[in-house]
Amino acid sequence: MQLTQSKAQSLTLFEKIWQTHVVMQRDDGACLMYVDRHLIQDGSAPAFEMLHQRQLKTRVPSKAFGTPDHYIPTLGRDLRTIQDPEKRAMAQALEDDCESHEIPFFGLQDPRQGIIHVIAPEQGLSQPGQLLVCGDSHTATHGAFGALAFGIGASEVAHVLATQTVWQRKPLTLRINIEGKLGKGVSAKDIILAIIGKIGAAGAVGHVIEYTGETVRNLSMQERMTVCNMSIEAGGRAGMIAPDAKTIEWLKDKPYAPAGLEWDLALKKWSGLFSDPEAVFDKVVEMRAEAISPMVTWGNSPEDVLPITGAVPFPADALSTGKRQAIENTQLYMNLTPGQKLTEIAIDHVFIGSCTNGRIEDLRSAAAVAKNRHVAKGVQAWVVAGSGLVKRQAEQEGLDQVFINAGFQWREPGCSMCLGTNGDQVPAGQRCASTSNRNFVGRQGPGSRTHLMSPAMAAAAAVTGRLTDVRDLI
Amino acid sequence: MEKFKTLQSVMMPLDKVNIDTDQILPARYLQKPRANNFGEYLFKDVRHDGSGSLKPEFVLNQAQYVNAKIMLAKDNFGCGSSREHAVWAIYDAGFRVVIAPSFGDIFFNNALKNGLLPIRLSSSDVVTLFNLTQQNSASPVVIDLTSQNVLASPDFSAAFKIDSFSKQCFLEGLDELGYTLSLLPQIEAFEEKLTS
Repeated sequence: MQLTQSKAQSLTLFEKIWQTHVVMQRDDGACLMYVDRHLIQDGSAPAFEMLHQRQLKTRVPSKAFGTPDHYIPTLGRDLRTIQDPEKRAMAQALEDDCESHEIPFFGLQDPRQGIIHVIAPEQGLSQPGQLLVCGDSHTATHGAFGALAFGIGASEVAHVLATQTVWQRKPLTLRINIEGKLGKGVSAKDIILAIIGKIGAAGAVGHVIEYTGETVRNLSMQERMTVCNMSIEAGGRAGMIAPDAKTIEWLKDKPYAPAGLEWDLALKKWSGLFSDPEAVFDKVVEMRAEAISPMVTWGNSPEDVLPITGAVPFPADALSTGKRQAIENTQLYMNLTPGQKLTEIAIDHVFIGSCTNGRIEDLRSAAAVAKNRHVAKGVQAWVVAGSGLVKRQAEQEGLDQVFINAGFQWREPGCSMCLGTNGDQVPAGQRCASTSNRNFVGRQGPGSRTHLMSPAMAAAAAVTGRLTDVRDLI
Repeated sequence: MEKFKTLQSVMMPLDKVNIDTDQILPARYLQKPRANNFGEYLFKDVRHDGSGSLKPEFVLNQAQYVNAKIMLAKDNFGCGSSREHAVWAIYDAGFRVVIAPSFGDIFFNNALKNGLLPIRLSSSDVVTLFNLTQQNSASPVVIDLTSQNVLASPDFSAAFKIDSFSKQCFLEGLDELGYTLSLLPQIEAFEEKLTS
């Protein structure tokens, strides 16, 4: 019984998942963790090369799943059209490695292909209580299902392929509790940007975040994925949300979800996946939904974020000389003037897509703003659906026509301009309103300038040609 | 992995918080095979200006740090993308140690697997080391992994923590995968429990 449970037995959601995945503990405290699901994308060639060098095979191919997303074109669906031989080789290597290692794989011509963090949830590969890893830092996305999901490096990818396990030190826990109702025009992206603005880009280093509270419970699964996705931008090892009726509704009848008797067993198991009321977190942050506005970044770290009603900060207001200099350098790179209103910043590019905001609800909210309007003169605006299924759904709803009529390019799914590894880049010196997750120096291409925001805000920027408060348009 | 026991070197100071792995190794080099010298791509876009010339003000371009094997950094070093190539770039450029108050979690793990020793010191110790390099950029620092100490003249000494297993891997030049493969019976036993 919950009531008789002592404090000592109370566990967080994270701890419940952690303790059921420990294969063994080393004397120095590190734990060998069993991996339930291993997602693989086309940046994985170095990891497979490590296996080949040691003549190792994939231990449990059925627990892995691969699809290309980083190096593939967003115009056309044919690897042979990739001009750069190194890019083509990366995408081809994944196809070959998955084949020789007998790993389930969606190729470029499969209509279910897409960004790995979009398609794994679509297919029911991401499930509550799993330990899920991927050689990509946005793996925290899958924490939206109540999984412990985190990014790993190439050596760790090779290690997971060869052993189905990964060594980890037990992280600390951080609860971010948000209560209240979101205002008009405020989205899941604004929630996570506001969180990062509050706790900083290093605010959750060494911690697994659990998002709780009325506001979080009221989010759809897709919105929860957006929030969990950017946990890494707050430094978090992972981000997660306890599964509930919405999680189960999402998973039911998905191709890779449990079925029949196994579904009933899974439901029983998942019903215990929540933080006990007395569970103790290492850190707790409280926030109010009403205090969150549509957000936009102005600098080169996601923590450089302000409500759209704000202005570019004055370096002189910084608390230390070091910080002042950092702000000056950032403003030089971003070509911004202190005190300039954010809504006065003109943009050249718009990118709507990525594992953060490339799902159908994201496209709907952007289309609602773009409808019966037109992309401003001189602005290049792209919509890149997160997956083939998202793209098809959008086309069935006529969203593609809304975007095309408004002057947007409607492209094939992939990571695209989020990091530009496939060649989709923002030219040097140009400014992009982007629904992706990182505004680092050169992230969208050498010399590119990125402002992060929600899909509705990006659509608003596209039609006005400058950063815009979407609440003025809806 | 290369063996590591002690090291003496000057420190190259990177006076900026939140240095992300996109800056350390721009995404366009992720498609290069490991056989490349990733040291050539280290901070590629930060160390060059728009016309492709080296920026004299960037520390990596300064003569006194040419032989530096220790990077001294600020909070959240290596945040962002999980790219292990960022570690390869630092390692291939000749660095064997990064000292910072905190690291991106994935970067930290990647470093340990590639013979790049990430050392967390307190913020105040890191500030002291920054002051030391500012006073004398040629002042050498000693990293002693056996005793887990960072030593600098005149009287700086700070202990650091490292998992005993990772320490052994560095001291003996071993890698983790070989060890885990010896644990397959335990992994199989765990899997049997899963299916039963």
